[in-house]
Amino acid sequence: MNDNHYDVIVIGAGPAGLTAGIYLARGKMKTLILNEGTVGGQMVLTHEIANYPGIEKISGFQLARTIKAQALSFGCTIKSNIRITKLEFEKSIKSVEVNGKDTYTGDAIILATGGKSRTLNVPGEEEFKGKGVSYCATCDGDFFQDKNIIVVGGGNSAFEEAVSLTKYAKSVTIVHQFDHFQAFPHAIVEAKNNPKIRFLMESKITEFNGTEKLAMVQIQHQMTKEITTMAVEGVFVLIGYEPSTQKLRGIVALNERNEIIVDQQLQTNIAGVYAAGDSITKRYRQITTAVADGTIAALSAMDYINNRNVKSATQPSQTNILLQHSELSPVIENYQLVNYLH
Amino acid sequence: MIQTNLTHLTSEEKFNQTLKENENVMVCCGRMGPMCIPVYESMEELEPAYKHIKFADMEFDSPTGNVIRSLPETKNFNGLPFTVYFKNGKVVKATSSIQSMDQITKILDSNFAK
Repeated sequence: MNDNHYDVIVIGAGPAGLTAGIYLARGKMKTLILNEGTVGGQMVLTHEIANYPGIEKISGFQLARTIKAQALSFGCTIKSNIRITKLEFEKSIKSVEVNGKDTYTGDAIILATGGKSRTLNVPGEEEFKGKGVSYCATCDGDFFQDKNIIVVGGGNSAFEEAVSLTKYAKSVTIVHQFDHFQAFPHAIVEAKNNPKIRFLMESKITEFNGTEKLAMVQIQHQMTKEITTMAVEGVFVLIGYEPSTQKLRGIVALNERNEIIVDQQLQTNIAGVYAAGDSITKRYRQITTAVADGTIAALSAMDYINNRNVKSATQPSQTNILLQHSELSPVIENYQLVNYLH
Repeated sequence: MIQTNLTHLTSEEKFNQTLKENENVMVCCGRMGPMCIPVYESMEELEPAYKHIKFADMEFDSPTGNVIRSLPETKNFNGLPFTVYFKNGKVVKATSSIQSMDQITKILDSNFAK
Protein backbone atom coordinates (compact mmCIF):
# COMPACT_ATOMS: atom_id res chain seq x y z
CA MET A 1 0.00 0.00 0.00
CA ASN A 2 1.18 3.53 -0.71
CA ASP A 3 1.80 6.37 1.73
CA ASN A 4 -1.70 7.73 1.09
CA HIS A 5 -3.32 4.52 2.34
CA TYR A 6 -4.63 4.46 5.91
CA ASP A 7 -6.35 1.84 8.01
CA VAL A 8 -9.07 4.35 8.84
CA ILE A 9 -9.91 7.77 7.46
CA VAL A 10 -11.99 9.95 9.78
CA ILE A 11 -13.85 12.79 8.10
CA GLY A 12 -14.39 15.60 10.56
CA ALA A 13 -12.39 16.87 13.54
CA GLY A 14 -14.99 17.81 16.11
CA PRO A 15 -15.21 15.94 19.42
CA ALA A 16 -16.48 12.76 17.68
CA GLY A 17 -13.80 12.71 14.98
CA LEU A 18 -10.92 13.59 17.31
CA THR A 19 -12.02 10.98 19.86
CA ALA A 20 -12.22 8.36 17.14
CA GLY A 21 -8.71 9.42 16.14
CA ILE A 22 -7.43 8.94 19.69
CA TYR A 23 -8.87 5.43 19.98
CA LEU A 24 -7.76 4.37 16.51
CA ALA A 25 -4.21 5.70 16.75
CA ARG A 26 -3.83 4.27 20.24
CA GLY A 27 -5.02 0.96 18.79
CA LYS A 28 -2.10 1.14 16.32
CA MET A 29 -4.32 1.92 13.37
CA LYS A 30 -2.77 4.20 10.76
CA THR A 31 -5.28 7.03 11.02
CA LEU A 32 -5.95 10.13 8.96
CA ILE A 33 -8.38 12.84 10.06
CA LEU A 34 -9.60 15.10 7.27
CA ASN A 35 -11.41 18.25 8.28
CA GLU A 36 -13.03 20.88 6.07
CA GLY A 37 -13.24 23.58 8.72
CA THR A 38 -11.73 24.45 12.06
CA VAL A 39 -10.45 21.65 14.29
CA GLY A 40 -12.88 21.25 17.17
CA GLY A 41 -16.04 21.82 15.15
CA GLN A 42 -18.89 23.45 17.01
CA MET A 43 -17.10 22.78 20.30
CA VAL A 44 -14.91 25.85 19.67
CA LEU A 45 -18.04 27.96 19.42
CA THR A 46 -18.77 27.34 23.09
CA HIS A 47 -17.45 30.03 25.37
CA GLU A 48 -17.47 27.92 28.51
CA ILE A 49 -18.04 24.20 29.01
CA ALA A 50 -19.01 23.28 32.57
CA ASN A 51 -20.59 19.85 32.06
CA TYR A 52 -17.67 17.84 30.66
CA PRO A 53 -16.90 15.22 33.31
CA GLY A 54 -13.55 15.63 35.02
CA ILE A 55 -13.07 19.25 34.02
CA GLU A 56 -14.81 21.88 36.13
CA LYS A 57 -14.70 24.65 33.52
CA ILE A 58 -12.92 25.00 30.21
CA SER A 59 -13.42 26.99 27.02
CA GLY A 60 -14.45 25.05 23.93
CA PHE A 61 -11.31 26.27 22.21
CA GLN A 62 -9.05 24.92 24.95
CA LEU A 63 -10.84 21.57 25.09
CA ALA A 64 -10.55 21.22 21.30
CA ARG A 65 -6.83 22.03 21.44
CA THR A 66 -6.29 19.46 24.18
CA ILE A 67 -8.17 16.67 22.39
CA LYS A 68 -6.33 17.51 19.16
CA ALA A 69 -2.97 17.35 20.96
CA GLN A 70 -3.97 13.96 22.42
CA ALA A 71 -4.87 12.61 18.97
CA LEU A 72 -1.58 13.89 17.49
CA SER A 73 0.41 12.43 20.40
CA PHE A 74 -0.88 8.94 19.58
CA GLY A 75 0.19 9.30 15.94
CA CYS A 76 -2.89 10.58 14.13
CA THR A 77 -2.35 12.61 11.01
CA ILE A 78 -4.70 15.62 10.85
CA LYS A 79 -5.27 17.67 7.72
CA SER A 80 -7.65 20.54 8.38
CA ASN A 81 -9.15 23.33 6.32
CA ILE A 82 -9.19 21.02 3.30
CA ARG A 83 -11.98 20.60 0.75
CA ILE A 84 -13.39 17.13 0.11
CA THR A 85 -14.11 16.81 -3.59
CA LYS A 86 -14.96 13.14 -4.11
CA LEU A 87 -16.01 10.15 -2.01
CA GLU A 88 -16.07 6.52 -3.15
CA PHE A 89 -17.16 3.98 -0.56
CA GLU A 90 -18.60 1.07 -2.59
CA LYS A 91 -15.42 -1.01 -2.87
CA SER A 92 -13.59 -2.65 0.03
CA ILE A 93 -10.88 0.02 -0.25
CA LYS A 94 -12.61 3.38 0.21
CA SER A 95 -11.23 6.58 -1.33
CA VAL A 96 -11.47 10.26 -0.48
CA GLU A 97 -10.31 12.95 -2.89
CA VAL A 98 -9.16 16.22 -1.36
CA ASN A 99 -8.88 19.63 -3.01
CA GLY A 100 -9.52 18.01 -6.41
CA LYS A 101 -6.05 16.49 -6.56
CA ASP A 102 -4.94 14.31 -3.63
CA THR A 103 -6.56 10.93 -3.10
CA TYR A 104 -6.41 9.05 0.20
CA THR A 105 -7.59 5.48 0.62
CA GLY A 106 -8.72 3.61 3.71
CA ASP A 107 -9.96 0.19 4.79
CA ALA A 108 -12.65 1.86 6.86
CA ILE A 109 -14.20 5.31 7.08
CA ILE A 110 -15.70 7.20 10.00
CA LEU A 111 -17.97 10.10 9.06
CA ALA A 112 -17.96 12.72 11.80
CA THR A 113 -18.95 15.73 9.74
CA GLY A 114 -20.94 17.42 12.50
CA GLY A 115 -23.37 20.24 12.00
CA LYS A 116 -23.36 23.89 11.02
CA SER A 117 -25.45 27.00 11.59
CA ARG A 118 -28.33 27.35 9.22
CA THR A 119 -28.33 30.43 7.01
CA LEU A 120 -31.28 32.04 5.27
CA ASN A 121 -29.74 31.75 1.79
CA VAL A 122 -31.39 34.90 0.50
CA PRO A 123 -29.94 37.75 -1.59
CA GLY A 124 -27.64 40.11 0.33
CA GLU A 125 -27.01 37.75 3.26
CA GLU A 126 -23.37 37.03 2.37
CA GLU A 127 -22.74 40.62 1.20
CA PHE A 128 -23.82 42.11 4.53
CA LYS A 129 -22.25 39.46 6.78
CA GLY A 130 -20.29 41.44 9.36
CA LYS A 131 -21.93 44.66 8.14
CA GLY A 132 -25.29 44.08 9.80
CA VAL A 133 -25.90 40.36 9.38
CA SER A 134 -24.61 38.28 12.28
CA TYR A 135 -24.87 34.72 13.57
CA CYS A 136 -23.50 35.37 17.05
CA ALA A 137 -25.23 37.70 19.49
CA THR A 138 -22.54 37.44 22.16
CA CYS A 139 -19.86 38.38 19.60
CA ASP A 140 -21.54 41.29 17.86
CA GLY A 141 -24.34 42.48 20.16
CA ASP A 142 -22.43 45.52 21.42
CA PHE A 143 -22.14 46.94 17.89
CA PHE A 144 -25.88 47.60 17.96
CA GLN A 145 -26.17 50.03 20.83
CA ASP A 146 -29.53 51.91 20.50
CA LYS A 147 -30.23 50.37 17.09
CA ASN A 148 -33.33 48.63 15.79
CA ILE A 149 -32.52 45.01 15.13
CA ILE A 150 -34.17 41.74 14.11
CA VAL A 151 -33.65 38.24 15.47
CA VAL A 152 -34.70 35.51 13.06
CA GLY A 153 -35.85 32.25 14.65
CA GLY A 154 -38.32 30.67 17.04
CA GLY A 155 -36.17 28.30 19.09
CA ASN A 156 -34.40 28.62 22.43
CA SER A 157 -31.27 30.24 20.96
CA ALA A 158 -33.31 32.93 19.22
CA PHE A 159 -35.28 33.75 22.38
CA GLU A 160 -32.31 33.72 24.75
CA GLU A 161 -30.26 35.90 22.42
CA ALA A 162 -33.17 38.27 21.72
CA VAL A 163 -33.52 38.95 25.45
CA SER A 164 -29.75 39.34 25.79
CA LEU A 165 -29.64 41.78 22.85
CA THR A 166 -32.14 44.11 24.55
CA LYS A 167 -29.20 45.19 26.76
CA TYR A 168 -27.85 47.03 23.72
CA ALA A 169 -30.59 47.50 21.13
CA LYS A 170 -33.38 50.09 21.07
CA SER A 171 -35.80 47.42 19.80
CA VAL A 172 -35.67 43.75 18.89
CA THR A 173 -38.15 42.23 16.45
CA ILE A 174 -38.35 38.45 16.43
CA VAL A 175 -39.21 37.30 12.91
CA HIS A 176 -40.46 33.73 12.75
CA GLN A 177 -41.80 31.72 9.83
CA PHE A 178 -44.48 29.81 11.76
CA ASP A 179 -47.49 30.86 13.88
CA HIS A 180 -45.99 29.23 17.00
CA PHE A 181 -42.56 28.99 18.63
CA GLN A 182 -40.37 25.97 19.39
CA ALA A 183 -38.64 27.60 22.38
CA PHE A 184 -39.29 26.53 25.99
CA PRO A 185 -42.39 28.23 27.50
CA HIS A 186 -40.33 30.10 30.13
CA ALA A 187 -38.11 31.59 27.40
CA ILE A 188 -41.18 32.72 25.46
CA VAL A 189 -42.73 34.30 28.59
CA GLU A 190 -39.48 36.16 29.35
CA ALA A 191 -39.34 37.56 25.82
CA LYS A 192 -43.01 38.50 25.78
CA ASN A 193 -42.59 40.37 29.07
CA ASN A 194 -39.69 42.40 27.69
CA PRO A 195 -41.00 45.79 26.48
CA LYS A 196 -38.24 46.08 23.86
CA ILE A 197 -39.25 42.88 22.06
CA ARG A 198 -42.01 42.56 19.47
CA PHE A 199 -42.98 39.67 17.22
CA LEU A 200 -43.58 39.22 13.53
CA MET A 201 -45.14 35.80 12.97
CA GLU A 202 -45.50 33.73 9.79
CA SER A 203 -42.92 35.92 8.10
CA LYS A 204 -39.61 35.40 6.36
CA ILE A 205 -36.80 37.75 5.35
CA THR A 206 -36.45 37.53 1.58
CA GLU A 207 -33.71 40.11 0.91
CA PHE A 208 -31.08 42.24 2.67
CA ASN A 209 -30.43 45.72 1.28
CA GLY A 210 -28.11 48.64 1.91
CA THR A 211 -25.11 50.42 0.47
CA GLU A 212 -21.99 50.12 2.61
CA LYS A 213 -23.83 48.40 5.43
CA LEU A 214 -27.23 46.86 6.09
CA ALA A 215 -30.05 49.42 6.05
CA MET A 216 -33.24 47.47 5.40
CA VAL A 217 -34.78 44.07 4.81
CA GLN A 218 -37.69 42.80 2.80
CA ILE A 219 -40.07 40.60 4.73
CA GLN A 220 -42.72 38.37 3.20
CA HIS A 221 -45.80 37.20 5.09
CA GLN A 222 -46.14 33.46 4.52
CA MET A 223 -49.94 33.41 4.25
CA THR A 224 -50.76 36.62 2.36
CA LYS A 225 -47.43 36.69 0.40
CA GLU A 226 -47.40 40.45 1.01
CA ILE A 227 -43.88 41.92 1.03
CA THR A 228 -43.00 44.80 3.36
CA THR A 229 -39.77 46.72 3.86
CA MET A 230 -38.34 47.31 7.32
CA ALA A 231 -35.51 49.71 8.15
CA VAL A 232 -33.05 47.85 10.34
CA GLU A 233 -29.33 48.00 11.05
CA GLY A 234 -28.78 44.53 12.41
CA VAL A 235 -30.16 41.06 11.81
CA PHE A 236 -29.17 38.07 13.93
CA VAL A 237 -29.90 34.79 12.19
CA LEU A 238 -30.43 32.13 14.87
CA ILE A 239 -32.36 29.36 13.15
CA GLY A 240 -30.53 26.37 14.52
CA TYR A 241 -28.15 23.82 13.11
CA GLU A 242 -28.28 21.29 10.34
CA PRO A 243 -26.14 18.20 9.79
CA SER A 244 -23.22 18.73 7.41
CA THR A 245 -24.12 15.85 5.15
CA GLN A 246 -24.66 17.52 1.76
CA LYS A 247 -21.64 15.74 0.27
CA LEU A 248 -22.89 12.39 1.54
CA ARG A 249 -26.21 12.48 -0.33
CA GLY A 250 -26.49 9.45 -2.59
CA ILE A 251 -23.40 7.91 -0.95
CA VAL A 252 -24.73 6.77 2.44
CA ALA A 253 -28.33 6.47 3.59
CA LEU A 254 -29.73 9.66 5.16
CA ASN A 255 -33.09 10.21 6.82
CA GLU A 256 -35.60 12.97 6.00
CA ARG A 257 -33.64 15.42 8.20
CA ASN A 258 -30.43 14.62 6.27
CA GLU A 259 -28.96 12.79 9.28
CA ILE A 260 -26.85 9.69 8.65
CA ILE A 261 -28.70 6.48 9.47
CA VAL A 262 -26.59 4.14 11.64
CA ASP A 263 -27.01 0.89 13.56
CA GLN A 264 -25.98 0.20 17.17
CA GLN A 265 -22.32 -0.18 16.15
CA LEU A 266 -22.68 3.15 14.33
CA GLN A 267 -22.23 1.48 10.97
CA THR A 268 -23.98 3.12 8.02
CA ASN A 269 -25.68 1.16 5.25
CA ILE A 270 -22.21 0.50 3.76
CA ALA A 271 -19.90 -2.12 5.30
CA GLY A 272 -16.80 -0.48 6.73
CA VAL A 273 -18.31 3.00 6.79
CA TYR A 274 -19.26 4.30 10.24
CA ALA A 275 -20.64 7.62 11.45
CA ALA A 276 -20.48 9.52 14.73
CA GLY A 277 -21.42 12.81 16.35
CA ASP A 278 -23.95 15.47 15.43
CA SER A 279 -24.42 14.28 11.84
CA ILE A 280 -26.07 10.97 12.81
CA THR A 281 -29.67 10.32 13.64
CA LYS A 282 -30.09 10.80 17.40
CA ARG A 283 -31.92 12.95 19.91
CA TYR A 284 -29.26 14.45 22.17
CA ARG A 285 -26.36 16.41 20.72
CA GLN A 286 -23.74 17.14 23.35
CA ILE A 287 -19.95 17.06 23.43
CA THR A 288 -20.18 14.05 25.73
CA THR A 289 -22.48 12.16 23.35
CA ALA A 290 -20.21 13.00 20.41
CA VAL A 291 -17.21 11.69 22.35
CA ALA A 292 -19.12 8.48 23.10
CA ASP A 293 -20.07 8.11 19.43
CA GLY A 294 -16.45 8.62 18.38
CA THR A 295 -15.38 5.86 20.75
CA ILE A 296 -18.00 3.39 19.52
CA ALA A 297 -17.31 4.15 15.85
CA ALA A 298 -13.55 3.71 16.34
CA LEU A 299 -13.94 0.39 18.17
CA SER A 300 -16.42 -0.81 15.55
CA ALA A 301 -14.07 0.18 12.72
CA MET A 302 -11.19 -1.65 14.42
CA ASP A 303 -13.39 -4.74 14.80
CA TYR A 304 -14.29 -4.53 11.14
CA ILE A 305 -10.66 -4.30 10.04
CA ASN A 306 -9.42 -6.97 12.43
CA ASN A 307 -12.22 -9.30 11.38
CA ARG A 308 -11.36 -8.80 7.72
CA ASN A 309 -7.69 -9.44 8.40
CA VAL A 310 -8.53 -12.54 10.39
CA LYS A 311 -10.76 -13.88 7.63
CA SER A 312 -8.06 -13.38 5.01
CA ALA A 313 -5.41 -15.01 7.22
CA THR A 314 -7.51 -17.85 8.59
CA GLN A 315 -6.22 -21.39 7.97
CA PRO A 316 -8.67 -24.32 7.65
CA SER A 317 -8.06 -25.49 11.23
CA GLN A 318 -8.87 -22.01 12.52
CA THR A 319 -11.99 -21.89 10.41
CA ASN A 320 -13.17 -24.91 12.36
CA ILE A 321 -12.75 -22.95 15.58
CA LEU A 322 -14.79 -20.13 14.08
CA LEU A 323 -17.53 -22.59 13.19
CA GLN A 324 -17.57 -23.99 16.71
CA HIS A 325 -18.34 -20.49 18.01
CA SER A 326 -21.03 -19.79 15.48
CA GLU A 327 -23.68 -19.54 18.17
CA LEU A 328 -21.94 -16.53 19.71
CA SER A 329 -22.79 -12.97 18.80
CA PRO A 330 -20.62 -11.64 15.95
CA VAL A 331 -18.80 -9.14 18.18
CA ILE A 332 -17.87 -11.71 20.84
CA GLU A 333 -16.89 -14.14 18.13
CA ASN A 334 -14.58 -11.58 16.56
CA TYR A 335 -12.85 -10.78 19.83
CA GLN A 336 -12.28 -14.48 20.59
CA LEU A 337 -10.88 -15.18 17.18
CA VAL A 338 -8.61 -12.16 17.20
CA ASN A 339 -7.31 -13.07 20.63
CA TYR A 340 -6.69 -16.65 19.52
CA LEU A 341 -4.68 -15.57 16.48
CA HIS A 342 -2.63 -13.04 18.43
CA MET B 1 -5.18 37.41 25.95
CA ILE B 2 -5.67 35.80 22.55
CA GLN B 3 -4.72 32.14 22.88
CA THR B 4 -3.12 31.40 19.53
CA ASN B 5 0.32 30.54 18.24
CA LEU B 6 0.33 33.71 16.12
CA THR B 7 2.34 36.84 16.84
CA HIS B 8 0.39 38.93 19.35
CA LEU B 9 0.36 42.67 18.67
CA THR B 10 0.00 43.94 22.20
CA SER B 11 0.95 47.59 21.72
CA GLU B 12 0.66 50.26 19.08
CA GLU B 13 4.45 50.42 18.97
CA LYS B 14 4.67 46.69 18.19
CA PHE B 15 1.97 47.06 15.54
CA ASN B 16 3.84 49.92 13.83
CA GLN B 17 7.12 48.03 14.06
CA THR B 18 5.52 44.93 12.49
CA LEU B 19 4.20 46.98 9.56
CA LYS B 20 7.59 48.62 9.13
CA GLU B 21 9.56 45.37 9.17
CA ASN B 22 7.23 43.30 6.98
CA GLU B 23 6.04 44.02 3.46
CA ASN B 24 2.92 41.80 3.83
CA VAL B 25 0.96 41.66 7.07
CA MET B 26 -2.37 40.07 8.00
CA VAL B 27 -3.84 41.20 11.32
CA CYS B 28 -6.90 39.55 12.85
CA CYS B 29 -8.38 41.79 15.53
CA GLY B 30 -10.94 39.95 17.63
CA ARG B 31 -11.80 38.05 20.78
CA MET B 32 -11.67 34.35 21.65
CA GLY B 33 -15.16 33.99 20.18
CA PRO B 34 -16.88 31.66 17.73
CA MET B 35 -16.52 33.91 14.70
CA CYS B 36 -12.88 34.79 15.45
CA ILE B 37 -11.39 31.39 16.33
CA PRO B 38 -11.86 29.88 12.84
CA VAL B 39 -9.95 32.82 11.35
CA TYR B 40 -7.06 32.38 13.83
CA GLU B 41 -7.02 28.65 13.06
CA SER B 42 -6.84 29.31 9.33
CA MET B 43 -3.99 31.78 9.87
CA GLU B 44 -2.06 29.22 11.92
CA GLU B 45 -2.58 26.63 9.18
CA LEU B 46 -1.50 29.01 6.43
CA GLU B 47 1.53 30.49 8.21
CA PRO B 48 4.05 27.77 7.25
CA ALA B 49 3.12 27.94 3.55
CA TYR B 50 3.07 31.76 3.35
CA LYS B 51 6.44 32.68 4.78
CA HIS B 52 6.41 36.03 2.95
CA ILE B 53 3.44 37.14 5.07
CA LYS B 54 3.46 38.09 8.75
CA PHE B 55 0.39 36.69 10.53
CA ALA B 56 -0.64 38.44 13.73
CA ASP B 57 -3.56 38.81 16.08
CA MET B 58 -4.73 41.67 18.28
CA GLU B 59 -7.23 41.96 21.11
CA PHE B 60 -10.24 43.90 19.92
CA ASP B 61 -11.07 45.29 23.34
CA SER B 62 -7.54 46.38 24.24
CA PRO B 63 -6.40 49.99 23.76
CA THR B 64 -4.16 48.71 20.94
CA GLY B 65 -7.26 47.46 19.11
CA ASN B 66 -8.07 51.08 18.40
CA VAL B 67 -5.48 51.12 15.58
CA ILE B 68 -7.72 48.66 13.72
CA ARG B 69 -11.09 49.92 14.98
CA SER B 70 -10.32 53.47 13.86
CA LEU B 71 -9.26 52.64 10.31
CA PRO B 72 -11.52 54.15 7.61
CA GLU B 73 -11.67 50.69 6.02
CA THR B 74 -13.39 49.25 9.13
CA LYS B 75 -15.81 52.09 9.87
CA ASN B 76 -18.83 50.17 8.57
CA PHE B 77 -17.88 46.91 10.24
CA ASN B 78 -20.05 45.47 12.98
CA GLY B 79 -19.06 41.83 13.07
CA LEU B 80 -16.01 40.33 14.75
CA PRO B 81 -13.26 39.76 13.87
CA PHE B 82 -11.96 42.73 11.92
CA THR B 83 -9.27 41.29 9.64
CA VAL B 84 -7.00 43.73 7.86
CA TYR B 85 -4.35 43.04 5.22
CA PHE B 86 -1.44 45.50 4.89
CA LYS B 87 1.09 45.85 2.07
CA ASN B 88 3.99 48.22 2.70
CA GLY B 89 2.04 49.65 5.62
CA LYS B 90 -1.07 50.42 3.56
CA VAL B 91 -4.43 48.64 3.86
CA VAL B 92 -5.12 46.55 0.76
CA LYS B 93 -8.13 44.60 2.04
CA ALA B 94 -10.30 44.41 5.14
CA THR B 95 -13.04 41.93 6.07
CA SER B 96 -15.59 41.71 8.86
CA SER B 97 -16.88 38.55 10.62
CA ILE B 98 -15.91 34.94 10.03
CA GLN B 99 -14.05 34.03 6.84
CA SER B 100 -13.36 30.55 5.53
CA MET B 101 -9.90 29.21 4.70
CA ASP B 102 -10.80 29.48 1.01
CA GLN B 103 -11.83 33.13 1.35
CA ILE B 104 -8.63 34.00 3.24
CA THR B 105 -6.44 32.10 0.78
CA LYS B 106 -7.99 33.97 -2.15
CA ILE B 107 -7.28 37.33 -0.49
CA LEU B 108 -3.68 36.36 0.32
CA ASP B 109 -3.04 35.09 -3.20
CA SER B 110 -4.52 38.12 -4.91
CA ASN B 111 -2.86 40.75 -2.72
CA PHE B 112 0.43 39.19 -1.63
CA ALA B 113 1.95 37.49 -4.67
CA LYS B 114 4.94 35.32 -3.82
